[in-house]
Amino acid sequence: MESVIEQIINGLRTGSIYALIALGYTMVYGIAKMINFAHGDIIMVGAYSLYVFISLLHIPVILSILLSILVCALLGITMEKVAYKPLRNAPPLAVLITAIGMSFLLQSLALLIFKANPIPFKSIIKLAPVKIGSITIAGISIITFLVTTLIMIFLTLFIRYTKAGRAMRAVSEDRQAAELMGIDVNRTISMVFAIGSALGAVAGILYVCQYQTLQPTLGALPGIKAFVAAVFGGIGSVPGAMLGGILLGVIESISKAYISSELADAIVFSVLVLVLLLKPSGLLGKNRIEKV
Amino acid sequence: MAMLEIKDLEVYYGAIRAIKGISFEVEAGEVIALIGANGAGKTTTLHTITGLVPARKGSIQFLGQELTRIPAHKIVTLGIAHVPEGRRIFSEMTVYENLLMGAYIRKNRKETEETIAYVYERFPRLKERAKQIAGTLSGGEQQMLAMGRALMSHPKIMLLDEPSMGLSPILVSEIFTIIKEISAAGTTVLLVEQNAKKALSIADRGYVLETGNIVLSGTADELKEDESVRKAYLGE
Repeated sequence: MESVIEQIINGLRTGSIYALIALGYTMVYGIAKMINFAHGDIIMVGAYSLYVFISLLHIPVILSILLSILVCALLGITMEKVAYKPLRNAPPLAVLITAIGMSFLLQSLALLIFKANPIPFKSIIKLAPVKIGSITIAGISIITFLVTTLIMIFLTLFIRYTKAGRAMRAVSEDRQAAELMGIDVNRTISMVFAIGSALGAVAGILYVCQYQTLQPTLGALPGIKAFVAAVFGGIGSVPGAMLGGILLGVIESISKAYISSELADAIVFSVLVLVLLLKPSGLLGKNRIEKV
Repeated sequence: MAMLEIKDLEVYYGAIRAIKGISFEVEAGEVIALIGANGAGKTTTLHTITGLVPARKGSIQFLGQELTRIPAHKIVTLGIAHVPEGRRIFSEMTVYENLLMGAYIRKNRKETEETIAYVYERFPRLKERAKQIAGTLSGGEQQMLAMGRALMSHPKIMLLDEPSMGLSPILVSEIFTIIKEISAAGTTVLLVEQNAKKALSIADRGYVLETGNIVLSGTADELKEDESVRKAYLGE
């Protein structure tokens, strides 16, 4: 029994990270109607930034975290301005290919600067494990839960109750109508890229603290899994991304422990296929009903 | 000088010339009807005024200011509210949130709440449904919401695109009564309608648009009497 609970806790931890990344995919999709396939590599940039600030520049931990988040937010804004904005009215395939190109560009730059050899990185989380009865919860798990829960609460409140949050929802629903209200669509899209990338940076930091090693492709796998999580939960839906990410992490962890670690990914993707067969819009996706 | 002056306006969709050099003007306080068949360029004209579609040639002046170089999201700040075809309300937001969006350019929260109270007074149905998701409203209620949302920015002029579309005759009359009230309260109205009869019944003047050209203009009474208008648009 203890081991099941521990597996679920592991799954929740990985799932929380997937959820953070999935939020970036889903928010960008909601507002810019595109899948930013370079989003996974933002996670990598976040992880490397942390390494540079802490291990190479010896900047205090908290400041390093904030700087890494800032780097990713600026990268997200720049990426959108340089690569995606000129393609605003281009066919979706052009945008897709550009996003994939952007992903390769970021990975290649990391490869050029940091080389292919994995760089060891010591976790910055020093929290001691907590024992509840016979169950041990690692410090990193506790921090991950805390951070992701707080972020999700703040993000939900922000989107629901602030003027900027309402502007984001308006642009995502009807870009032209939003413009007629006086909303600067370009600025709103920039803001969403910044928020999504900042969440990606947090995910990257948590990820590298968990796996304690850096390599240029580190964002690829969590990136693709989080994309699956976003689709699973219903692409474009913020609560969907949270739910999808967490479920995906738990399913993956349980399959790894009790079925087969080789088949874990296959099982995860089978569940996705099954969900999409039954509900093509994802778990919490909107089945838009238009009323005339 | 007229409030809104459009001169030799040309608009293209790709290689297609949708508006072929039209000129017209709207005086402050007037209700102007822009009538014409489907595809005549009525909606395109409104979209060009509010910057959703770029003008290729010509000028649009509002209170002496050239609009064709101003980005769409700045137009509303000048006092132009556009109620687009098909209402285009934010259907996943509540009625109240939709009204807040209409006041997006206003900073003073207290003033916004006062305007909302004013809109609720004009449209009591919206007040009853304040917390309801806008997409679940009936067509007539959605039209009222779209108009209420436009009023939230305190416009000098309101552009209305096919407000009668898809509504029952009783609702159409109700909507037109409201348009008259909005005009009486001091807002200039530029009205695009396929329902020419209704439009001319409340308009001061009108223009007839045919495949991107203005083919006829005059007072509403003149247009109602015009033989070609009667045949083509009034179904007589």
